Amino acid sequence: MTTDSNLDEFFDIGITVPLGSHTFDAESIKAFARKYDPQRFHIDEEEARRSVFGGLCASGWQTAAIWMKLNLAMPGKRWESPGPAPEFGPSPGISNMKWLKPVYAGEKISFSRIARSHRPIASRPGWRILAVDAEGADSTGVKVIQFESAVLVKTE
Amino acid sequence: MTSKTWAFEDFAAGQTIDLGTRDVGAEEIIEFASEYDPQPMHLDEAAGKASILGGLSASGWHTCAMFMRMLCDAFLLDSTSQGAPGVDRIRWKKPVLAGDRLSGETRIVATRESRSRPAIGLVTMHSELVNQRGESVFELENTNMFLKREAAA
Repeated sequence: MTTDSNLDEFFDIGITVPLGSHTFDAESIKAFARKYDPQRFHIDEEEARRSVFGGLCASGWQTAAIWMKLNLAMPGKRWESPGPAPEFGPSPGISNMKWLKPVYAGEKISFSRIARSHRPIASRPGWRILAVDAEGADSTGVKVIQFESAVLVKTE
Repeated sequence: MTSKTWAFEDFAAGQTIDLGTRDVGAEEIIEFASEYDPQPMHLDEAAGKASILGGLSASGWHTCAMFMRMLCDAFLLDSTSQGAPGVDRIRWKKPVLAGDRLSGETRIVATRESRSRPAIGLVTMHSELVNQRGESVFELENTNMFLKREAAA
């Protein structure tokens, strides 16, 4: 029988998990932005200097996607309780995403996650929804991105 | 004055803006996922079919990125946009599968002048993408900053 406390332990509820860091180089910022977010401050150094941001900076969507990349690369705990190991499924969405500070070319951003809570989903027996807060901070510790994520998990 | 079509004054609550269409190809889904979200259902047709998503499906982050490009091409690049401080809510409502054709619309929810920055106005938007079967697959709510027409160089 899978209990809530087994799941709390497995999900690391309330514990900040560092996900490592990523350096946003100019070429990758421009490559992403040319495809998906070709605003001038993401694709051209000169134009970026004259823009409100004052320098080439990453699309906020790239910053969020890098969080996902590092989040996936950081495995969770091993399931050591009775019953089947929980399986992670898709995410229904996110909320309160804040791009607090531009991520400039050359900056190294450190990312983290913290699982907050989980609850059963009435419409999907056997599945729960896990709430996870996501964050990224620059080398001086100033937050550049944060959002509240959710993921479906099959627990029975 | 600015040569841009869209400045803060050009947005009004209730207005809708067509986001055009975008075809979602398997190759692009796999390319994005390989870099940012390498889960089996985003990388492989068979794994996608076996998953709860029912086919090779785009990463939700890829859908966000494709939506952003649609927004850019529809009006943002031809506007006085000063960027967005964030996104209030994103809903990934249904899988976006290889072969899907997305279309969408942005509805202006509210506009207001910035109290702290007189040159700027804030535009709150609700956007939605639907697939070729008319199913709503994605919704997003956010507020974007635009320069007022007179303030735009």
